[in-house]
Amino acid sequence: MIVRILGEGQFELDKAQAERLAVLDAELTATVDRGDETAFKAALAAAVAAVRSTGSAVPDDSLAASEVILPSPDASLDEVHKLLAQDGITLG
Amino acid sequence: MGVMKRVSLIFRAKANKALDKMEDPRETLDYSYQQQVEMLTRVRRGVADVATSRKRVELQMNQLQKESDRRENQARTALGQGREDLARSALQQKASLQGQLNDLQGQYSSLQEQEEKLTLASQRLDAKVQAFRTRKETIKATYTAAEAQTRINEAFSGISEEMGDVGMAIQRAEDKTAEMQARSGALDELLASGALEDHVSGSGGDYIQAELDKLSIGSGVDDDLARLKGEIGGAEATPQIEAGSNGSAAATEPQDDR
Repeated sequence: MIVRILGEGQFELDKAQAERLAVLDAELTATVDRGDETAFKAALAAAVAAVRSTGSAVPDDSLAASEVILPSPDASLDEVHKLLAQDGITLG
Repeated sequence: MGVMKRVSLIFRAKANKALDKMEDPRETLDYSYQQQVEMLTRVRRGVADVATSRKRVELQMNQLQKESDRRENQARTALGQGREDLARSALQQKASLQGQLNDLQGQYSSLQEQEEKLTLASQRLDAKVQAFRTRKETIKATYTAAEAQTRINEAFSGISEEMGDVGMAIQRAEDKTAEMQARSGALDELLASGALEDHVSGSGGDYIQAELDKLSIGSGVDDDLARLKGEIGGAEATPQIEAGSNGSAAATEPQDDR
């Protein structure tokens, strides 16, 4: 599975790594829904660290789209809310 | 649905929306390529802009450091003259300058980070744009509508995601530099106004330096006075001083004995 970290590029994860990331994604999602900035920062950092350490970098000239995308590691909760709000505009 | 999946769907929706606007898939390829090249120019300009801001902050840091060193020297001179009050004022000034320096150091690091990120983003996009160009020509050469559409969609969603990412990175860098430009503009004005420079004249100027100058003039006068006293008193004092020595002193000895 290809994962993008915004501002950093794409990483390829194997199945086991992807499953671990899904758990971290669930935690991240919970913090975003709760609007808990501190917990969000921690969850985002954990997810970013997992992708960086376990994934292998996708070559720069690859044109593959990512299956999931992580916000920029220094993103604030507010920025993520704004990013997700585009959901309604583009899809609706 | 998880946040990470939602974000990827947002990027994909944007790509699809752009694709839907095109009647002829081949038109999509050329149009998209053109946009990619424009985005490359934008990101390179972004790198240059951030570098300019970083260098400006660096210059300001050098100026502040110089000023801080000068205050330290003033404090040392003042202490040497026994003026602890002046030394204290100079060190207070230095502390305030160091505070500003720390603030600038933070800005500098942040700009450096943005610059590195954008440079890498520009390299990634460059590689992807080249790959897209090759893919585009292949697709056009082997064009059969049904097959092309799938392959175009594949290539397009990948590059479109990269473009979206780079666009956001540029926006972040622009926001950061704009914020810093406002602050460093204010500091430039302060530096230009001479508030931090050496000004002996005027009540708002550098009174510490003025006091030290007075002290150094004063001690220069004292030195001169001592020298002159020595010269005048020399006629009386010389015999005593030279009494124990030999050579030329010998001539004065008879006078002393009388």
